[in-house]
Amino acid sequence: MSAQPGTIAPPMVVEQRTRRDARQELFFRWLLKGCALLVLASLLGAAGATLWGGREAFAKFGWHFLVSTAWDPGNDVYGALVPVYGTIVTSLIALLIAVPVSFGIALYLSEVAPAWLRTPVSSAIELLAGIPSIIYGMWGLFVFAPFFSAHIKPWLTNNLGNKPDDGKLSWVAQHVPFIGKLFGSDYPFGASILVAGIVLAIMIVPFISSVMREVFQTVPTRLKESAYALGSSTWEVSWDIVLPYTRSAVIGGIFLGLGRALGETMAVAFIIGNSMTFSASLLDPGTSIASTIANQFSEASGLQKSSLMALAFLLFVVTFIVLLIARLMLRQLKRKEGN
Amino acid sequence: MLITRKSSFRFAAVAAIAVSSTFAVAAQATDITGAGSSFVYPVMSKWSAAFAEKTGNHLNYQSVGSGAGIAQIKEGTIDFGASDAPMKAEDLQQLGLGQFPVVVGGIVPVVHIEGIAEDQVKLDGTTLADIFLGKITNWNDPKIAALNAGLKLPAGKITVVHRSDGSGTSFNFTNYLSKVNTDWATKVKFGTAVEWPTGVGGKGNEGVSQYVRQIPGSIGYVEYAYAVKNKLAWVDLKNASGNFIKPNASAFAAAAATADWKSAKDFNLVMTNAPGAQAWPITATTWVIMYKTPKNAANSKVAFDFFKWSLEQGQADASALDYVPLPAPLVAQIEAYWASDYKH
Repeated sequence: MSAQPGTIAPPMVVEQRTRRDARQELFFRWLLKGCALLVLASLLGAAGATLWGGREAFAKFGWHFLVSTAWDPGNDVYGALVPVYGTIVTSLIALLIAVPVSFGIALYLSEVAPAWLRTPVSSAIELLAGIPSIIYGMWGLFVFAPFFSAHIKPWLTNNLGNKPDDGKLSWVAQHVPFIGKLFGSDYPFGASILVAGIVLAIMIVPFISSVMREVFQTVPTRLKESAYALGSSTWEVSWDIVLPYTRSAVIGGIFLGLGRALGETMAVAFIIGNSMTFSASLLDPGTSIASTIANQFSEASGLQKSSLMALAFLLFVVTFIVLLIARLMLRQLKRKEGN
Repeated sequence: MLITRKSSFRFAAVAAIAVSSTFAVAAQATDITGAGSSFVYPVMSKWSAAFAEKTGNHLNYQSVGSGAGIAQIKEGTIDFGASDAPMKAEDLQQLGLGQFPVVVGGIVPVVHIEGIAEDQVKLDGTTLADIFLGKITNWNDPKIAALNAGLKLPAGKITVVHRSDGSGTSFNFTNYLSKVNTDWATKVKFGTAVEWPTGVGGKGNEGVSQYVRQIPGSIGYVEYAYAVKNKLAWVDLKNASGNFIKPNASAFAAAAATADWKSAKDFNLVMTNAPGAQAWPITATTWVIMYKTPKNAANSKVAFDFFKWSLEQGQADASALDYVPLPAPLVAQIEAYWASDYKH
């Protein structure tokens, strides 16, 4: 930029500059490539290390490791089904609750809320996202689990579950398949898969809703106002204009939240009940992959340690499958738009 | 300009003094590192502060868990390891390691039964194991009633609370259950983590205390200090000589004194179900594990000074934290072991 407008630099100087630019360009490109490869290398390294650490468990138990509900350090027999089930179910519950709520928050903030309210509510959400997970865990253990156990759980077990206090099955439990099993429990306390799912939902709402709010604001006013001019209601504008326009980013946000829910450790370890016994019921205690590792890793040795590493590898696999499904969903949506 | 030069000179002087004084301290003081059991962490940090004040040598103790402590001493990255479970004599010999106990503590079963306020419930080992096996599921079970003549226990489901994390507390508790109940010994066995036949897992002593407080009809087990701190109702246990014992410092000390240390090579003895008439049956200790021929002789010497000081003078600090001092004959035996087995 040193050349003055209107003056022409001598050819030699131009050539030097071009060469220097080319060198810098090359260097910059290598730097960027290095950054990107670093991520890939650390991902592969972590997956490889957990697979290597878990090789004894995989070799000993084979595919039985995936379907076995045993976790018996006394006899050195391990299986992954209970933690894998707990991980997937808690994350699904969290998504079921968090996605509609986040959608509501984001729409309210970007479409409905008066301007003076937007900033404080948005900062509150960002603040929520910054709270360490152990605080959610403590809140869950000391406040929410006792409340749930005293006020919500009895209603659920009596009206939906297959083990009601008075022994009489409700209409729902008799006529809807599986629901009795899902809500049947005779454990008299709160900490359970459902409570873990609810607390996870609260933890991931800030992530999903702040992504949604950001992208909803990128929808061109022109589009929205045209729709309003044609007589659309706010709901119709949100559902037919805003959401389709931002769909891929919204799904990205949801999967960001899901990723956090799958890997959340401390909060879940506090409130899931940490039982390695398999139960399909959402109201019984269970465990998740991350919380099992956090609980047992420090004192584990030999095959138990290897099994924990194998669990860590399975968490990689589960996360990978989830991301793959997300990609496929996005591709499907794009194809539909193409038609 | 003059001012800047002056102040920069002053800064350089201060820095030089600071640096030289750091080096001066570093020249005399030795920093030793240990790692392992979280059970002894509170007393280790208290001892370490007092020891540093007295000698200028610092102990850096990492509470990483017994298993990790053993792994680290095997790799030789630390000066001593601390474990809630003793290492086997042949492993010690093969690796050239030795071990000795440093402090004693008690593990107590705690209950939360509506209408039962203080420590009124009595249990024996077999019944306790049957509860943890899920065989006895109600507080009005005739087996419990037989041990509690005169106390009316309400009908109510028993919820078992155990540790979710691997721990020395679980090791000693399950070790006791294995000694007193053959079903437990064959099915569940003992270890820092086991496959609990029933119940819910709390993380750490805090987690178990919290669950027992929240869940009516629950029974769990915690280190004595947590039962006191959280005002939990504990259970009197029938010990090996048939007496019902209340958990307290003197009952833990009785267990440590009557355990058969004399014939235990390398102190390889888990002292649960100790024979003494007044002994609390679930008494535990933590072993310190060190190389007999240390790689770093200077550090090892400081470590021995530290443990000598803590066994002889630091035991009052241990009592303040609800641990129990080692009985005098055992201290003498440990010091004899140092003299005979360790080169330092």
